[in-house]
Amino acid sequence: MTATNQWRLCVLAICAATATLMAIMPLRAQEKIQIVASFSILGDFAKNVGGDRVNVTTLVGPNSDVHVYTPAPADAKKIADARLVIINGLGLEGWLPRLVQSSGSKAAIVTATTNITPRKFGAHVDPHAWQNIANAKTYVANISKALSEAAPADAEFFRSNAEAYRTKLDALDEEIRLWTAQIPPEQRKVISTHDAFGYFSSAYGLVFVAPLGVSTESEASARDIASIITQIKTQKIPAVFLENISDPRLISRIAAETGANIGGTLYSDSLTDEKGDAPTYIDMVRHNIRVMRNALAGVTLRR
Amino acid sequence: MLGIYDALIAPFTEFEFMRRALAGVIALALGGAPIGVFLMLRRMSLVGDAMAHAILPGAAIGFLISGLNLFAMTFGGLIAGFAVAILAGIVARITELKEDASLAAFYLVSLALGVTIVSIKGTNIDLLHVLFGNILAMDDQTLLVIAFNATVTLIVLAVIYRPLVIECVDPVFLRTVSRAGAPAHLAFLALVVINLVNGFHALGTLLAVGLMILPASIAKFWSRDITGMICIAVAGAIVSGYAGLVLSFQTKVPSGPAIILVTAVLYVLSILFGKVGGLIRMMFPGKHLEA
Repeated sequence: MTATNQWRLCVLAICAATATLMAIMPLRAQEKIQIVASFSILGDFAKNVGGDRVNVTTLVGPNSDVHVYTPAPADAKKIADARLVIINGLGLEGWLPRLVQSSGSKAAIVTATTNITPRKFGAHVDPHAWQNIANAKTYVANISKALSEAAPADAEFFRSNAEAYRTKLDALDEEIRLWTAQIPPEQRKVISTHDAFGYFSSAYGLVFVAPLGVSTESEASARDIASIITQIKTQKIPAVFLENISDPRLISRIAAETGANIGGTLYSDSLTDEKGDAPTYIDMVRHNIRVMRNALAGVTLRR
Repeated sequence: MLGIYDALIAPFTEFEFMRRALAGVIALALGGAPIGVFLMLRRMSLVGDAMAHAILPGAAIGFLISGLNLFAMTFGGLIAGFAVAILAGIVARITELKEDASLAAFYLVSLALGVTIVSIKGTNIDLLHVLFGNILAMDDQTLLVIAFNATVTLIVLAVIYRPLVIECVDPVFLRTVSRAGAPAHLAFLALVVINLVNGFHALGTLLAVGLMILPASIAKFWSRDITGMICIAVAGAIVSGYAGLVLSFQTKVPSGPAIILVTAVLYVLSILFGKVGGLIRMMFPGKHLEA
């Protein structure tokens, strides 16, 4: 008799639990805004603004190259399920518009670089706008605006998150200027693998030279390599840097031939995973400027 | 005079990476061009391309397992290449299917497997760009691997030269006098794989096949005997490598394509002016010797 009672109670409990779960699940799903960000840095911005009210997935994950990404069917599915798709624009994600079309998604596309004046290379624009903190703040404002339009009830929450994050970015900007000031002006020259730091360069006064063009897709010619080697020798540039998304061999060759040090790894277009040097945008920028300062000001790395 | 020196010699005296690139191209030419000649004579020119596709996934898997490690990638490429070559050879010998068809089947399987494994692992760095070297970025390791492979190729080629030549011209005769045909064929396929892996390290991407096949096609227009063809193919490959590097240095054309484009120009010139079967020769045959 007791055994039967226990058994009945169990069934009842399971029924109750299932009912509760079923009641909660759709609610939860409605609550969180599904956001797809094209690459890891945008994803980080969206997470900071959206907090726990959003669910952010990134298409091009950590340590991957957004210039030459090949989307998979899973990506089309992610986009089809999304309310918002956040892209960088400025020609960075050439593969994305077709993906959005073919996924049949009704998601709103948010271009994070709206209101940013792009740098121009002849007919091309440089997409790496996030490397300037002032631009990053515009990214955050654009994302916050788009989120508020998607969920007006949470607008205040997004606004205060964005505000808090922008304060952090301001502090970061200060920090960069502080670190840059420690590098003697004649040594503010950096060689890295692809031309991703144009915005950083014009904002903070470091000169960047790269064998590959703005996109990692281009291939270097012997002429390019030779002119960089000559430049390093004549201008006595102290260090060259690797990137997490490009072939390190070319830059190693240049270092070997000029006697310049390999200053470390810079992160330009992609964050790292949790264990890496640059799991978030702020970590990334901080890591980059420290590595540059330590290599260029002739101080050894502490880590 | 100074202008010529500046244009043709100075890039190499001034920059070490140019000297290394030249050394790499020469090693590549010494190993690859003779292989290309035999591939052409055996009507297997396109097999080179198929094998290149078969090798790619192996190297990619090596890259995924141990990162940008030259030996892991070489090893992976060699294993994938050998596996496809041997399986295709076996299927061709014990079934009705011709070798080219079974090779096509196996290289496609290898390619599909490779792409699948790479996507499951989830890296999205463009593998072609990262995996395979740039002729301008030759480090000691790469140079040694290429030179070693070229040496092995020439030695093995010397050993299997006779059966290989006879099989090219008269396979039935070879079968009646010797049983060296099958082992020689397998060894030859192994050499093809080794030289393709070599080409990958130096030229990157699928252009690797170019420095193997094009010089052989050039040689066909200038010589009737195999020794002559091999010499001309090697010379053609070295000249194209050198001229391609100079072209890339002077005009900003990427080096890999520059080298292959130079071979292509030589090829077109050979089609037109070649001594053996060149178009102009055929249209205006020289006077017959008269007694």
